[in-house]
Amino acid sequence: MTRLSINDVVYDLDVEPETPLLWVIREQVGLTGTKYGCGVAQCGACTVHIDGVATRSCAIPVSTVTEQQKIVTIEGLSPDLAHPVQKAWLELDVPQCGYCQSGQIMAATALLNANPRPTEQQIREEMTNICRCGTYNRIKAAIQLASNTMAG
Amino acid sequence: MTTLTVPRRGFLAGGAAAAAGLTLGFHLPFGGDASAQSVTPEVNAWVVIKPDDTVVVRIARAEMGQGTLTGLAQLVAEELECDWNKVTWEYPTPGENVRRGRVWQNFGTAGSQGIRQSNDYVRKGGAAARMMLVQAAANEWKVPVGECTVAKGVITHAVTGRSTSYGKVAAAASLLTPPPTDSITLKDPKTWTIAGQPLKRLDTPEKLNGRQIYSIDVKLPGMLNAALKICPVFGGKIKNFDVTQIENMPGFKKAVRVGDTGVAVIADTWWRAKTALDALPIEWDEGPNSKVQQADILAAQTEGLTASEAILGSKNGDAHAALASARRTVEAVYAVPHQHHVTMEPMNATALWTPQKCEVWTATQNAEAALATATEVSGLPIDKNEVYRLHLGGGFGRRSSSQDFVRYAILIAKEMPGTPVKTIWSREEDMTHGWYHPATQCRLIAGFDDQDNLNALHMRISGQSILATISPARLQNGRDAATFQGLNPEGPESQLGYTVPNLLIEHAMRNSHVPAGFWRGVNNNQNAIYLECFLDELAHSAKQDPLEFRRKLMANHPKHRAVLDAVAEKVGWGTPPPAGVYRGLAQQMGFGSYVAACAEVSVSDAGILKIHRIVAATDCGHAVNPQQIAAQVEGSFVYGLTAALYGEITIANGRVEQENFDTYQMLRMDEMFDVETIIMPSGGFWGGVGEPTIFVAAPAVLNAVFAATGIRVRQVPLSKTSLKKA
Ligand code: FES
Ligand code: FES
Repeated sequence: MTRLSINDVVYDLDVEPETPLLWVIREQVGLTGTKYGCGVAQCGACTVHIDGVATRSCAIPVSTVTEQQKIVTIEGLSPDLAHPVQKAWLELDVPQCGYCQSGQIMAATALLNANPRPTEQQIREEMTNICRCGTYNRIKAAIQLASNTMAG
Repeated sequence: MTTLTVPRRGFLAGGAAAAAGLTLGFHLPFGGDASAQSVTPEVNAWVVIKPDDTVVVRIARAEMGQGTLTGLAQLVAEELECDWNKVTWEYPTPGENVRRGRVWQNFGTAGSQGIRQSNDYVRKGGAAARMMLVQAAANEWKVPVGECTVAKGVITHAVTGRSTSYGKVAAAASLLTPPPTDSITLKDPKTWTIAGQPLKRLDTPEKLNGRQIYSIDVKLPGMLNAALKICPVFGGKIKNFDVTQIENMPGFKKAVRVGDTGVAVIADTWWRAKTALDALPIEWDEGPNSKVQQADILAAQTEGLTASEAILGSKNGDAHAALASARRTVEAVYAVPHQHHVTMEPMNATALWTPQKCEVWTATQNAEAALATATEVSGLPIDKNEVYRLHLGGGFGRRSSSQDFVRYAILIAKEMPGTPVKTIWSREEDMTHGWYHPATQCRLIAGFDDQDNLNALHMRISGQSILATISPARLQNGRDAATFQGLNPEGPESQLGYTVPNLLIEHAMRNSHVPAGFWRGVNNNQNAIYLECFLDELAHSAKQDPLEFRRKLMANHPKHRAVLDAVAEKVGWGTPPPAGVYRGLAQQMGFGSYVAACAEVSVSDAGILKIHRIVAATDCGHAVNPQQIAAQVEGSFVYGLTAALYGEITIANGRVEQENFDTYQMLRMDEMFDVETIIMPSGGFWGGVGEPTIFVAAPAVLNAVFAATGIRVRQVPLSKTSLKKA
């Protein structure tokens, strides 16, 4: 049995230890907001927070995550879109197909938690997730908008 | 206003709707906006209004990020005169479309046609619904319909001071006979208040909290999952596999042949299915294609560049004679490789097959084609098949080029009758079994007369035809007309923007075993690189300004010239750019729209390219949602430049060498540049938006790279050429 804490809920799961966290979240836990894009830590579609740090869950065997670590997925961020990053995303109508956006939002919230006032250059360097639809400029603008509102 | 009376008849589709009755039976367990689905009778095929005034607009075309869903809803809402804040949507199914005599017409979403080809009938759908709703109110009040006015879904009879809302009269309206189509007058776009506005998308909120259910997220009771492997060599077959090696693995249910080309493992979860499949010993019959190398494909193209026979694209004057007598000639060969679509959501579909019925849940750009595929593969009559539509995690032509993801899902599910099976392609499977942007080369020869005017141009394209792969029946005497996108002498779709006295454009078709498909922008992409980069070469050879050189050839093409002029003016062409920054131009017309771009770039001594700014102009006739057009323009540069800078699919031993993002690089935020979009709809026509800007992305940047370095990059991707200072 593997025990995980996801979005403040504790799950006891029957999975092989080498199963990537992504697939445990999607298939055993049933939270499908976290996406599969590449499986090799390249695209960031599978980004979740582990103890607040943005982590590509497709490349993490579930056995390396302890039950003390707090996993947060897009569903746990704020279901009613109250998080300033979600608000900024809504305000600037960021998503196109939207498939990458769970990962983008999780990467952006982790970035702002660690660095509430990132420079444009820091945003460019930190935000390495792929968006095939090409929403990068709106993502960047939304992070700046969220940074401003969070800083009050 | 026409008077409408009971009983109801089918609207737009003759009597078919009446025959189908009023119960729609939309069977969308979670397709579309679940909250929008209701048993409320429709006003007509396009509009359902619930008692609480919620307006549900039916969307036939697919939403894959391009914003068509919101744009189409705006057009319907505009004519309906409803309250935009109450608008939501749902996807009708293709099975319902068949049952109702194609009342929603075409579901196909490709060629940037979603809005431009359906705007007329969806607007009429909105207008007809409005007429019926107002009539219903007039009937109830027993007043002349002409005395009633409507605004934001509220109908008013000023004379008697009464008013009511759409939601209150919708049930009565649904019983009225629809107005004849020719009695419907559409609004002048100049008076639009919902269409034409930069409104927010209708589908954003659920993309921000994980609630959006994509096809890959579908869950059904008792569902199993399948992982798929098709022979890595195109055209190869499955010979054998040894299931004894994996049948004790966790979650394993079954290993099955998929047609004669592949094998799938079905398990309780997809990860277990994939793990077992990876461990499965498989023997392939790779066939003769396993000997094909990239060099063979390129050699065939090179041969075609000068082969004596070629298919005529278009001609005027006598290019051969004019070149023979030219004062001077310029010649160049360009090459563009295969590209992969790489939708962020890999191919997938869920199928539930029984001997009585076949149901499919998937993300497709053409749900009617998906239904046809289901009908073919399921072995059941068309009315025993259904396809439920979900938003696409990217399409870009992949999900219209083929419905192979539906085919495989059904073949697999047929091995488990009564059990829903979701088949997901791994990224590796997806990338190595695509429908690739055709690989072509082009030889261009230009001749100048005694005044050094461009007098002759010969363009010989050599390489793959998309239609020869996808739909050979659409070839005309062996000619693939789509090869000449952007180079046609006339027509509203993809017209060449230049007049050259002696012009010859040809195609030497050289197909390989690599499947070609429609890749966002399609053949316009390479044709714009060929022509726009070569024109830049010609301007430099004539020591003329690239803008003025083009403009002289554009007198007969004022719309092409207008977008080019617009970017030149906005970028400040003719004034010096910032120190170290250089500019390049391109224009092209395609999918009914006129586009142009100017790129500003710098190249360091070490050869590092930086794109600083791109100014782009689009004349799409009518602009339904300017902020979404701007989003498409920006995204198009990312898509087009990812290919121009990095994209290349290559073949070794008959198979694709690139399997994932580590070997097929994407443009990311660190390289992103500013995009300034000029939207200049000139009216009188409807052009597409999702693709056209891609055409000009690569040539504008490549021309700017030449301005910066003097290096003429004639081979895409640019990453193959060193820009280091000698
Ligand atoms: S799916 Fe994890 S990084 Fe791509
Ligand atoms: S919005 Fe489609 S991949 Fe980012």
